[in-house]
Amino acid sequence: MNGWQTLFYKELLRFWKVAFQTVVAPIVTSMLYLLIFGHVLENRLQVYGHLSYIAFLVPGLVMMSVLQNAFANSSSSLVQSKIMGNLVFVQLTPLSHWAWFTAYVGSSVVRGLVVGLGVFIVTLLYAQPGFVAPLWSLVFVLLGAGLLAALGVIAGLWADKFDHMATFQNFIIVPMTFLSGVFYSIDTLPPFWQGVSQLNPFFYMVDGFRYGFFG
Amino acid sequence: MAAVTFQSVSKTFATPHGPFQALSGVSFEIAEGEFCGLLGPNGAGKTTLISILAGLSRASGGRVSVMGHDVQNDFAAARRMLGVVPQELVYDPFFSVRETLRLQSGYFGVKNNDRWIDELLAHLGLTDKADANMRQLSGGMKRRVLVAQGLVHKPPVIVLDEPTAGVDVELRQTLWQFVSQLNRQGHAVLLTTHYLEEAEALCTRLTMLKHGHVVALADTSELLAQASTNVLRFKTDDALPADMARLARVTGRVAQMPARNAEEIEQRLAALRAAGVRVEDVEIRKADLEDVFIHVMETAQDSAAGVTA
Repeated sequence: MNGWQTLFYKELLRFWKVAFQTVVAPIVTSMLYLLIFGHVLENRLQVYGHLSYIAFLVPGLVMMSVLQNAFANSSSSLVQSKIMGNLVFVQLTPLSHWAWFTAYVGSSVVRGLVVGLGVFIVTLLYAQPGFVAPLWSLVFVLLGAGLLAALGVIAGLWADKFDHMATFQNFIIVPMTFLSGVFYSIDTLPPFWQGVSQLNPFFYMVDGFRYGFFG
Repeated sequence: MAAVTFQSVSKTFATPHGPFQALSGVSFEIAEGEFCGLLGPNGAGKTTLISILAGLSRASGGRVSVMGHDVQNDFAAARRMLGVVPQELVYDPFFSVRETLRLQSGYFGVKNNDRWIDELLAHLGLTDKADANMRQLSGGMKRRVLVAQGLVHKPPVIVLDEPTAGVDVELRQTLWQFVSQLNRQGHAVLLTTHYLEEAEALCTRLTMLKHGHVVALADTSELLAQASTNVLRFKTDDALPADMARLARVTGRVAQMPARNAEEIEQRLAALRAAGVRVEDVEIRKADLEDVFIHVMETAQDSAAGVTA
């Protein structure tokens, strides 16, 4: 393996060794969302007039898991290495900054996709959404994961403590993904909140991904 | 070609109390295959200098190169030539010893490195820990892995930043045996340490830093020869007379002071007797590196870098 491949592989190994926490846990969380919201809202809500709520919810949950985990991977890996001090092992190597960036982003995209796929497979038990334009879904999921992974790199470089990271995650990433129309269609919102939602970049990622399922 | 060249390297840190000059105009070379010691009290700038060499921080001025490769403009080539063993005891808790070393080889693009890794493990007494997770190792064992990590890519230049701080006798000996062997095979070594007897035994050449200036730069034998030739050493429970206390270095009951020749030794002993100081275990020995070090640090002027050679 060359240097880049090694760093990419090491980053994959890092989350895979603790897959219970990095892959299984987020899948379980999404399952809970599906059970609770699905159960409560299934018979009270129809989306776009014809769609069952669960069918609507599934792509949103998948995309949310992808985005959150892509971000969590690069950011927590960097912060941990900084705090443990073992980032120095990579700093001492001939790897270029491009190699660093792409290895961290690449491995985080993989984690996002693995979790997203896991969520998707589990939710298939509840609802079978259609595939109107799967390529669009793929484009949105890849670009969305890449964007969040890159944001994770930025946050990881910026944060010096786990506190900083928690701030970033709790005040930016979580609210923005929750308010991006994962759980509801923004058509149902009052005009003001529709306008606000349209300023949220996460809204477009989720919406674009969902387009692939329902057109 | 020099293994390492420092060319008027300076480093200024911004602090809340204004800029702090950690290094000013540090220049010296390490020849290929040389065993060079970098000595100085805490805060002299040793680790800063090594960080700049390793590319972990940038010099504010000057140039550093490794085997002719500039550490900034040609960093990839420079880092392939350089093996750094950092001072901090750091490790990655996700991996075993062998995984750690394989990954480190991979970062340098070294393929199929298991034979060399096995050799490193054997030399550093880690063979039976190869598959243990890094978390399970004791501090001394982690230190050994850190040394192995610095050597996975067989660098021609090895940098050891206080590798024996808080390390037991056995590891110190295995480490020095191995490093000396590598040095004999042609690897240049840059060592920082506070154990001056180690530096005296291992290093052929020494650089001393104080407040970011080079205050001494010479072959170890030259530095030792320059020193005042003898040291009078004795034990006492009494206080020394004032003029003698200024000269002496006192550690617990042991007092040591420089004395050039037999006459001066006699004078010192007579003065002690006259002051009523009772002495025991009197010894006269040759000055060692510690005496030279203390002398250099006391006499060096901060402003002018009084390079002696």
